[in-house]
Amino acid sequence: MALFEVNRKEDSEIAVLNIKGYLDAHTAPKLEEEIQSLMNEQKYKIVVNFSELTYISSAGLGVFMGFIEPIRENAGDIKLTNMTPKIFRVFDLLGFPSLYDILDLEEDAIAKFK
Amino acid sequence: MPKNKATYHLKIPSQTDNLEVIREFISNLARKAGFQNDDVDKIELAVDEACSNVIKHAYKKTDKKPIIISVEIEKNKFTVSVTDHGKGFDINKIKTPDMKEYLAQMRVGGLGIYLIKSLMDEVDFTIEPGVKNQVKLVKYV
Repeated sequence: MALFEVNRKEDSEIAVLNIKGYLDAHTAPKLEEEIQSLMNEQKYKIVVNFSELTYISSAGLGVFMGFIEPIRENAGDIKLTNMTPKIFRVFDLLGFPSLYDILDLEEDAIAKFK
Repeated sequence: MPKNKATYHLKIPSQTDNLEVIREFISNLARKAGFQNDDVDKIELAVDEACSNVIKHAYKKTDKKPIIISVEIEKNKFTVSVTDHGKGFDINKIKTPDMKEYLAQMRVGGLGIYLIKSLMDEVDFTIEPGVKNQVKLVKYV
């Protein structure tokens, strides 16, 4: 069984990444690669759906910190959605809700981009 | 829960693909000690952060050097010690970041120690570079 999976789907100019499993120091590079390839394709409107993510450590949060600035400089954003309470608690502990757009549902994030 | 003190050890190569094994080991023992899910999650994350730091910094990602994890379960106390023999660091030089300022600067990494301190009741570092570095994490049941 794969420890971590990231699946990408696109709705016109908006890319949605569904992440699944454990996002830790071992698997974070996989998400990093995926976001980097979106940037290379100049796709800066990104929604990350956390509904199937069961675990996150600071290495996972670091991925979002590494990309948010260049993405916002290109009039884009990384919007985070569908977090379970366990995952949200880690983001909250580090003060992310004041700096990142964290929404209940993927559809909410897509609507905000449109 | 054990009546007196029970001690458990895990010696494991410092590779990121072992983090999952470490988390499993810790969360099973935290449950055995009587913690509820929220606290099990906190202990699991704190130990992951401590071990990720060892893999990334102490051993500079050199594989196969051991991380030694010891867990002591007492009546009301759960202690995890994470020990390595790699390059240490000066804990006095690591300030607990002001998270607002830290996030505003969008600094990548370095969040581990802040998380460890937020998640556990007591955190104690013993650093002897190249000899033995140990972080002791305590949570009261």
